[in-house]
Amino acid sequence: MAMAAAAPTVPICHGRRASPCSSKQVSVSVSVAMRAWASKSSSLSSSSSKSPRLVAAHATAVATKEAASTTSSSQGGHELLMFEALREGLSEEMERDPKVCVIGEDVGDYGGSYKVTKGFSEKFGSWRVLDTPIAENSFTGMAIGSAMTGLRPVVEGMNMGFLLLAYNQIANNCGMLHYTSGGQFTIPIVIRGPGGVGRQLGAEHSQRLESYFQSVPGLQMVACSTPYNAKGLMKAAIRCENPVILYEHVLLYNLKEKIPDEEYVCCLEEAEMVRPGTEITILTYSRMRYHVTQAAKTLVDRGYDPEIIDIRSLKPFDMYTIGESVRKTHRVLIVEECMRTGGIGASLRSAIMESFWDELDGPIGCLSSQDVPTPYSGPLEELTVVQPHQIVTAVENLCGKK
Amino acid sequence: MNGSKSMLKLAAAALSKGLQESPLKSGLAEKGNFCRTVFLTRRYSAECSGKETNPTSKKSDSGEIDVEIPVKFDLHLLESGPSQVTTTNKEELMKIYTDMQIIRRAEIAADMLFKSQMIRGFCHLYDGQEAVSVGLERALSYDDNVITAYRDHGIFLGRGGTVFELFSELMGKRTGCALGKGGSMHLYHREHNFWGGWGIVGTTPPLGAGLAFGQKYEKKPNVTAAIYGDGAGNQGQLFEAQNLAALWNLPLILVIENNHFGMGTAEWRSSKKTTHYDRVSYIPGIKTDGMDVFAVGEAFKLCKEHCLSGKGPITLEADTYRYHGHSMSDPGSTYRSRQEIQGMRQERDPIERVRKIILKEELATNEELKDLDKQIRHEVDEASAKAREAEFPGEEELFANIYKADSGLIVTGCDRKHSKVQMS
Repeated sequence: MAMAAAAPTVPICHGRRASPCSSKQVSVSVSVAMRAWASKSSSLSSSSSKSPRLVAAHATAVATKEAASTTSSSQGGHELLMFEALREGLSEEMERDPKVCVIGEDVGDYGGSYKVTKGFSEKFGSWRVLDTPIAENSFTGMAIGSAMTGLRPVVEGMNMGFLLLAYNQIANNCGMLHYTSGGQFTIPIVIRGPGGVGRQLGAEHSQRLESYFQSVPGLQMVACSTPYNAKGLMKAAIRCENPVILYEHVLLYNLKEKIPDEEYVCCLEEAEMVRPGTEITILTYSRMRYHVTQAAKTLVDRGYDPEIIDIRSLKPFDMYTIGESVRKTHRVLIVEECMRTGGIGASLRSAIMESFWDELDGPIGCLSSQDVPTPYSGPLEELTVVQPHQIVTAVENLCGKK
Repeated sequence: MNGSKSMLKLAAAALSKGLQESPLKSGLAEKGNFCRTVFLTRRYSAECSGKETNPTSKKSDSGEIDVEIPVKFDLHLLESGPSQVTTTNKEELMKIYTDMQIIRRAEIAADMLFKSQMIRGFCHLYDGQEAVSVGLERALSYDDNVITAYRDHGIFLGRGGTVFELFSELMGKRTGCALGKGGSMHLYHREHNFWGGWGIVGTTPPLGAGLAFGQKYEKKPNVTAAIYGDGAGNQGQLFEAQNLAALWNLPLILVIENNHFGMGTAEWRSSKKTTHYDRVSYIPGIKTDGMDVFAVGEAFKLCKEHCLSGKGPITLEADTYRYHGHSMSDPGSTYRSRQEIQGMRQERDPIERVRKIILKEELATNEELKDLDKQIRHEVDEASAKAREAEFPGEEELFANIYKADSGLIVTGCDRKHSKVQMS
């Protein structure tokens, strides 16, 4: 992303967006951007008085968990679990475009190890929902090769950790081709799968691969956290012309939420406002969003007013939304599940400091997982991941005790 | 398992339902319209047609017992295979029976512990495959290396791990073999050369080649058994490891526990070639009945001799079966018929086979064996209770053993100011 001296970046909205709902979103982002440019020139130093309006505009465009999506849906909406939302999104895209196919282990007859592709084999046939042998390196490579010819494969890694076997394919062959071929080839592939620390799955099955892929140029990375954005991001990722890695989380598959009946697509590069506030910006994604909202209850009781943003887009960062928030609160805390060393938080911290140094009242806090192989034992595993009480303590340290 | 009348009846019943199409012919099986029972019973009845269910054995005057191995060994690039008759004695038979029964009871107890959420995460059970672990130990010593994938409870117990250590590790307690930090998929036993316990499919062939390389480098008169499943048979790293091992004549036994299903995908849906022992044109192989502990033992003996004579790697395919699903989150019956699982239990159960020999040769009475079963069950329950009482690892264990260091490295926790640990 282009970072001019002190200017905010306009969210990049490439990729095809066809449905009416999504165009409403695009117009909101664009109008927000236009207003930002105007306000930026007038109010450089102090927190802008116009930003509450911008924030409100954001809140209606993107459904929050508390506002049960009825604000963005004209009809009743229907309730479902996260994996069903992913299934709906994938199914709609497969019906819409015959070039979309699913490639992965146990996706066909078995219905997917997390039931995301249940029923697909009967509906679309075993060629469009391809059960592969356990050979991640080669079937990811095969998916990339087929994407080069124009197909739109969705590769399912049974667990993100297994995609380490396909790392070469993703890093070398997938992200770079559009550039090295001078724009001749695109790879509209989606690589998705559950990652993150689950419930005592052991070290090798609790990997967070966001940090490994974040420096590969040419890839886009998004992390879904609610059924609403899971479906929206799945659809957006499939329609996107770039390779997209969609991070799901093992423990979030059974989240329930009401989502709109009408078709909608989320913006891949946009962050989601979870709770507007004034005192501190808490940036988070995936499962940690729920630890943060849980901590926020305690914080609000103690008199704090945190602004919680689910960054959703891990590559590129939505520096516009983040910047507007920093300009308002002047304090930042990043809460993530990624590893401490070289994780998403580390990059984000660096990016914020670089662009918004003048806006910050203090150092940017970053709570991330410990740099340890995730232990199997329950109590130790809890210590590995950020817990709500640690978030409360961190906010108190950054904002001062009340 | 031997072409008995009941197997043929099962096959006939399935065929009469009109399921004629062979899955092998169609390539991709249609869901629901597919009777796996037909396939497996047809193959086993073809292999041992005319043999009786009851294993044949003969006791000599000296007390030694000759046991017949009904299923012929399939050989690839080998001039001769092991004998179809093996010799054993009462002591060994009772030990084999006890060892397999301990594994069986431990796995059943683990199943119950998982259902009551004392064990969490992923739990891959070994019951049905006991003959592979115990047969391996019949031929290899604790100086030989064994490395396996995540279905490692049985191998761990075979390598001399105690049931208490196993349950402690499964429950994440400090008394576990990996201090509770590994879990079900990461069991280890350093003294007896059991190198784990690995979660990623296909990891063991290259690592096993490394262990064998170390043995050859140090000129040790030992071999390495690298165990993997049929699902891992299509991993690229396996083919690479095979080439390396053959190129440098490493003393490596590549053991495939072929239970015919890679999680939910049957072998004929994932592999162009469903046998593994004859896949490589430059590595000899032997295929054995993995539910017959004597067959497995003889095959391992041959493989060990082959490796120690400097001839390089060899493949051992054990045709076996797991009664449970892939793991505790998989019922195991969506892609296999209950008929087939029951049939395997009735016809091919490894422990039943040994029990029949013991009873036939009058080495023990039925009541004595029942008492032994009860005693084993009691010991397993005791170990489970003891493990439940044990402590979890403390907070200081979180940062222990990341590095082997005494250089004063400091690791900071979540909050740099308050949580610092000196690595030791």
